[in-house]
Amino acid sequence: MKSVSWTNLSLFALSMMSLSAYGAGLKGAVKIDGSSTVYSISEAVAEDYRNVEKDVKVTIGAAGTGAGYKKFCSNELDVAGGSRPVKPDEVQKCKSSGVDLIELPVAVDGLTVVVNPKNTFVKSLSFEQLKKIWEPGSKIKTWKDLDSSWPDQPIKLFGPSSEHGTFDYFTEIIVGKAKSSRSDYSAASDTNTLVNGVSGDVNSLGYFGYGYYEQSKSKLRALGISKDGKSAPISPDSKTIESGAYPLSRLLFISVNKKSAERPEVDSFVKFYLQSVGGIAKSVGYSALPKAKLEQSVTNYGKRKVGAWQESAH
Amino acid sequence: MASMDDMPKSMSKSVTLKTGTANLGDSHIEHKAISRAIWRPRPKRRWLAGRIFFLLTLLSTLIGLISLIFLLESILGQGWDRVSWEFVSSFPSRIASRAGIKAALVGSLYLTGLVALIAIPLGVGAAVYLEEFAADTRLRRMIDVNIANLAGVPSIVYGMLGLMVFVRICAFGHSLLAGACTMSLLILPVIIVTAREALKTVPMGVRLAALGLGATRWQAVRAHVLPTAMPGILTGVILSLSRAVGETAPLLMIGALSYMAFVPESPMDDFTVLPIQIFNWSARPQDEFRVAAAAGIIVLLGVLLTVNACAIFARMRFQRKMQW
Repeated sequence: MKSVSWTNLSLFALSMMSLSAYGAGLKGAVKIDGSSTVYSISEAVAEDYRNVEKDVKVTIGAAGTGAGYKKFCSNELDVAGGSRPVKPDEVQKCKSSGVDLIELPVAVDGLTVVVNPKNTFVKSLSFEQLKKIWEPGSKIKTWKDLDSSWPDQPIKLFGPSSEHGTFDYFTEIIVGKAKSSRSDYSAASDTNTLVNGVSGDVNSLGYFGYGYYEQSKSKLRALGISKDGKSAPISPDSKTIESGAYPLSRLLFISVNKKSAERPEVDSFVKFYLQSVGGIAKSVGYSALPKAKLEQSVTNYGKRKVGAWQESAH
Repeated sequence: MASMDDMPKSMSKSVTLKTGTANLGDSHIEHKAISRAIWRPRPKRRWLAGRIFFLLTLLSTLIGLISLIFLLESILGQGWDRVSWEFVSSFPSRIASRAGIKAALVGSLYLTGLVALIAIPLGVGAAVYLEEFAADTRLRRMIDVNIANLAGVPSIVYGMLGLMVFVRICAFGHSLLAGACTMSLLILPVIIVTAREALKTVPMGVRLAALGLGATRWQAVRAHVLPTAMPGILTGVILSLSRAVGETAPLLMIGALSYMAFVPESPMDDFTVLPIQIFNWSARPQDEFRVAAAAGIIVLLGVLLTVNACAIFARMRFQRKMQW
């Protein structure tokens, strides 16, 4: 009970802050780096934040989740973006160099498995089928290898290259081990290459973030995903992703350096981030965090709860 | 009659050129060459060979030119309408139509200026030392080989070096200065190699004459050798600065930013550059951002042309001054 009322209070305080159109005249800098997926959200937040505090210099890099945490742990950043949860050894490394991180989920993304629109026979895939396709040393060469009723045509695979958090997440969920994937697929570091690859080849299959699918819906077809193969497959859309019903939906995070949060400009920016990210995430192609999770983010940040994010039992 | 007289003379000239300094005016060889030219001409075959060679060289020029035109056409077609003062003078935005390149453009100009300040004196200095002062020892030859090899090292390696040395050890942080130092290292080998080639083309007589008239080595280099070699040196500078303007990988490595909504004010400030902004936009899912990327490329080409034009202007001035 107590924590709920605190949350409401803090949300109220935040909304009051946003109502006062002018800021507190803060100065200073907020340094952000990390995931290129979270980058587009942070960029949009920073853009809007300029209307509130125009003299705070917010800088954002897109080095990738892993590279971002490396910088974060050597105390070079105030905030790091992550397209996957922070790893225990990253938390440990930060701690040993005196950096306490507060990990907060800010939005939801749905990894989307797509095929060419001319492909009419595949409606959905199960986790097991996806694993068969993508695991290292996979024997799947044609669609027929996967399901005997499908045509004997070679599957052309497209996916992000290994420096991407998207790749880490997909391999961990599907294959069971992060970074463990077959290597004979067309890997691209630029997602548009994947979109064009799949839309240009009838027998292709690829995966990437939902935002890219949404922008190219006419050129691609998203597959429904079934976790165990028996339950009904669920297609990705903003509702199923937001609710977490879509099996490949994932949380996107920011991690705040606890020491930095003592600086008023960082504190003000993070509060603004949590308050405005719902609408902003949608505008850049992701889904808003469910309300309960967002409230928990606000609470955790308010309490400066150090460590990796854990879903609290309600 | 007069014309008949003229012909062998001009022929003999070309023959002496071909045979070089040996047998100057040897009438026997002259005669032989002429008779061969007159009696076994095979004009058709030679004409054909010349024609083929001409076409091959034309083709190799055209291939480069056509691909450039194709590239320009697609980029101009996509992005020309997007280039405006507003585009140049606003900061990046999530709304493609509002996004601009102010921070990146200023960052690129700033970086290029700093790189020029660092790399040109160092590069030309090293070239002058190696070409004019250093004795021909084994050490120098080792340095020669290494510099030539350094020119072929992938740019990302310079990025890793810059991250270690300038960002971490020198503690410049992810600043413009760290970026400029890294880029300077990247283009130094090219500047040194081209500057040395330019210095080599200065006739020995120039140095000897200056020294003979009592000039010191420094005076001879400063007043005669360097000005004579300057056009060639500047060609190398143009090529390498253009590379520094367009290079992305080492800057990404040392942590240049993707988003900033302010302009760097000092060399110690964070920065971003045009190629990074273009890369960032072209990777977005929305088509409008790819239009913005094309517009960014047009501005980048404009910056490149301006940098080159400045250097070419300087080169022309040096060439005009040099008359002897």
